Amino acid sequence: MLIKIAKPSDLRESDVTPESIYLSRRRFMGGLAGVGAGLSISLALAGRAQAAASDYQDVPAGNPPGWFDSKLKDAEWNSVVPADRQMDKLTPFDDATHYNNFYEFGTGKGDPARNADSLETQPWSVVIDGEVNNGGRFDLEDLAKPSRLQERIYRLRCVEAWSMVIPWLGIPLGDVIKRAEPTSKAKYVRFETLVAPEQMPGQDSSFALIDWPYTEGLRMDEAMHPLAILGLGMYGRELPNQNGAPFRLVVPWKYGFKSIKSIVRISLVEEQPVNSWQAIAPDEYGFYANVNPEVDHPRWSQATERRLPNSLFNPNIIDTRMFNGYAEEVASLYQGMDLRKHF
Amino acid sequence: MPTPRYTLTLWRIAVFIAALVPLAWWSSQVAINAAGPEPGRYLLLNIGQGILWMLFSTLSLTPLTKLTRWKGFTLIRRQLGLWTLTYALLHLFCYAVFILGLDLSRLGSEIVRRPYIIVGMLALVGLIAMGVTSNKGSMRKLGKRWKTLHKVVYLVLGLGLLHFLWVVRADLEQWSLYAAVGALLMILRLPPIARQLPKFRQLIKRPGRASV
Repeated sequence: MLIKIAKPSDLRESDVTPESIYLSRRRFMGGLAGVGAGLSISLALAGRAQAAASDYQDVPAGNPPGWFDSKLKDAEWNSVVPADRQMDKLTPFDDATHYNNFYEFGTGKGDPARNADSLETQPWSVVIDGEVNNGGRFDLEDLAKPSRLQERIYRLRCVEAWSMVIPWLGIPLGDVIKRAEPTSKAKYVRFETLVAPEQMPGQDSSFALIDWPYTEGLRMDEAMHPLAILGLGMYGRELPNQNGAPFRLVVPWKYGFKSIKSIVRISLVEEQPVNSWQAIAPDEYGFYANVNPEVDHPRWSQATERRLPNSLFNPNIIDTRMFNGYAEEVASLYQGMDLRKHF
Repeated sequence: MPTPRYTLTLWRIAVFIAALVPLAWWSSQVAINAAGPEPGRYLLLNIGQGILWMLFSTLSLTPLTKLTRWKGFTLIRRQLGLWTLTYALLHLFCYAVFILGLDLSRLGSEIVRRPYIIVGMLALVGLIAMGVTSNKGSMRKLGKRWKTLHKVVYLVLGLGLLHFLWVVRADLEQWSLYAAVGALLMILRLPPIARQLPKFRQLIKRPGRASV
């Protein structure tokens, strides 16, 4: 089922390529590489779809399982894109994959890319349990099968005051939750990352403050919101290990740490879960962690952010937007709540 | 046996160059785009650790002198102290320019509001106080008080490590290593232990006798 975005002002659905002439990314790439017939076809395509393919020309090919490849052929490109694509230009693939936090692989921004090769992502199964009628252990393939892959180009705002713009490929989280048939007691969704110290060296550190597994949570209505997705890929390919392969959460209106990576368990629960960062420092990180320029982190201001990549001559500091610029879509979820208290 | 004068001069130049090497290395990484998508923060964090390297080097001179009695260690004390100050000023510069984008009103409000920045600024004030009084004239003018003033370096060490601790978010390993080095340097100054250091010099000089 395709869920329409409520407020299209920020997320244009203009000039959608008609269903009949959707082409796979492969054929775009082939066309752009100059394969005769392919070239003429791709030139005839609507501009935006072509732009998506050319953006990923330099992206190294991954090693996806077959099922991912076939889903990719049927992907809905540019399903959600930023309104201002000049302002929100895509972060280069190399930066998005070599500068991120994934503490399971180390605390440095380069550690995940350096250390994540050891992660084994195939096969991958996920437990869905708790307040559901249709729980169990599922192969990732089966979990993703009924949903069409959609491309979502989202801003990613880290709680550390830097940000990127990343083209994710994923399926609506709501689809997966609905198929699990939550009971009336299901009020929250709790997520867990894999625990495997032999694959994840950061989990071996005796100085780590995180009590593994890394845990995150969403309120039910947040999880069902159409902007919340389970990411399976980025930049037209499957997720690289360091970005949370083989699948992760992406909630664009919240600080990046909410978007938990390499998920092995999704539990529908009655009580509000305690997420890992909240457990470490409850005065610094809340459960909601909505991007909010008016509520500072105790150690730094959240009023602005550094859009990466930047340079010494241009730190690229921009104003942070309420709910990371997705206020029209999500603000109603928090009506009447004191966001200073529920930070 | 006293070290020849020209050797001591070469030694001081070598220390000067060695203190420049990290800065040159980080700058070159930025220049060849190998410092990642946020080169300003790369410089900020690396130079921040560099301050502690310089401070540790400075604080190791007294124990090293006690151990070896070599004049060379005393000769580079002022230089390394000033390098510590230089690194600290560069660290602040990086923060003001690359993180705050030279928004001076925010610099003011951040300095007052964030405990780790207050602590860092206090450490910097201590380093500046020692830096501006590091010339011979000040030593003469301040007399006995000069030594008291320069004991501030121990406070700076504590504040610097606290500043670092309050920046740590999820893993204390790296910080623990720095704190351990800082603690070791302080332990070597405890009178009962400091008194033992010259004895080790005898052991190093005459290992044969020591084993008897």
